[in-house]
Amino acid sequence: MSEAPTDETPDGSVRTVLDARDVSRALTRIAHELLERNRDVSDLVLLGLHTRGVPLARRIAERITAVEGVPVAVGELDVTMYRDDLRKQPTRRAHRTDIPAGGIDDRVVVLVDDVLFSGRTIRAALDALADLGRPSAVRLAVLVDRGHRELPIRADHVGKNLPSARSERVSVRVAEVDGIDEVTIS
Amino acid sequence: MKHLLSVDDLDVDTIQEIFSTAADMHDVQSRSVKKLPALRGRTVVNMFFEDSTRTRSSFEIAGKWLSADVINISAKGSSASKGESLRDTVLTVCAMGVDGLVIRHPASGAAQQVSEWVDASVVNAGDGMHEHPTQALLDAYTLQRQLGSLEGRHVAIIGDLTHSRVFRSNIQCLTKLGARVTAVAPPTLMPSGVTSWSASAGFETSYDIDEVLPHADAVMMLRVQRERMSGGFFPSAREYTVGYGLTKDRLAVLGPDVPICHPGPMNRGLEIAADAADAAQSLILDQVSAGLAVRMAVLYHLLAGEESSA
Repeated sequence: MSEAPTDETPDGSVRTVLDARDVSRALTRIAHELLERNRDVSDLVLLGLHTRGVPLARRIAERITAVEGVPVAVGELDVTMYRDDLRKQPTRRAHRTDIPAGGIDDRVVVLVDDVLFSGRTIRAALDALADLGRPSAVRLAVLVDRGHRELPIRADHVGKNLPSARSERVSVRVAEVDGIDEVTIS
Repeated sequence: MKHLLSVDDLDVDTIQEIFSTAADMHDVQSRSVKKLPALRGRTVVNMFFEDSTRTRSSFEIAGKWLSADVINISAKGSSASKGESLRDTVLTVCAMGVDGLVIRHPASGAAQQVSEWVDASVVNAGDGMHEHPTQALLDAYTLQRQLGSLEGRHVAIIGDLTHSRVFRSNIQCLTKLGARVTAVAPPTLMPSGVTSWSASAGFETSYDIDEVLPHADAVMMLRVQRERMSGGFFPSAREYTVGYGLTKDRLAVLGPDVPICHPGPMNRGLEIAADAADAAQSLILDQVSAGLAVRMAVLYHLLAGEESSA
């Protein structure tokens, strides 16, 4: 999803849509929305999607813990093996899948990703979840929804709706991976 | 990567990438649904012209867990026993639209030869006394998991080295990953010219197991391959055990944390005593489960990506 900070389009315009404080606020809001929808935090399992969904899920979990005082189950999900475009690219590197102790059966799984675009990653994630167990519900939280869905999928919690042209590039950077929190469009 | 024929074809980065994928695959074994869709629609044929339990079943399960269709062909019961040539058998099978061909053959170089005949990706599952790359990868993977890193660690490989393809592959794989290897065998079972096999400075040979064991960070026992022996390589089984077997007494010399590997099948009581095979520090069954993970990773790397990049 992300490019090096110096990467620019031919016309050179890079616009920062969310800065570090905006990202922080968006995550706090998502955490509160999740709390309002799920009274019982012990039922929640946050699963970050590789790569940048993972730190975002951790941060949302930290915020929920800060408010409720109890730890929230958080893990990571790699959907590489479930992608529908495996054949169209050189072999992709797989990552870890780490499901918290207790599993996902009969719990509310919240998938966390940085950008929602075509929806194909989420489709793959839903298939992966089906092989891991049977959650009572699956929700989707994303930092940015940029539109252009190719599948009937929508997010339940959105940090920022970002109408974009298909040709534009939306880049999310997070401190844990890129050293800075920001969302740019170019 | 189009084929996996020899450990020699792999650089350290590729080996570590396979290990990292294997670690992900390892987790699949503990799931209730042991299936990933990555190779859906791909067909893998296991052609085994030599007997095998673990390698064949492990490749079969690996392919199936990745959702490939897997077919097994063995020499017994196939047209090969009617006198069909290897080339004709392989071309016939590949004419059915096969994507991956896992081949074991008693002739050294068979996999390499087959890879020149077909479009499918070829995996060498053991060719004569030449190579067995997936075994070497799984051994190194198992040891790396146990020891943290192989860099600078001392691995003793002990047994029938002359007839061992596992030894030939392992020596390359382990030294590539930075391990020091000492090969121990009776003079009759030490391959001639072995010192030139590895350019790495850490490679040594020895005829004295008792001198090597106290300094080993890991021990790999190899099977005495009687089916490949035509003459007398040692006077008696008893004498071999006394000179080169991992006996109960020698087990006591090893530290309690020194892992013991054996690629199987074991001749219990010959090259390895039951006490050693069943010891807490024995990784023999870990090797089997690691073998599955590593073979899944290999099939994934060979078959999942786009064809043109292969």
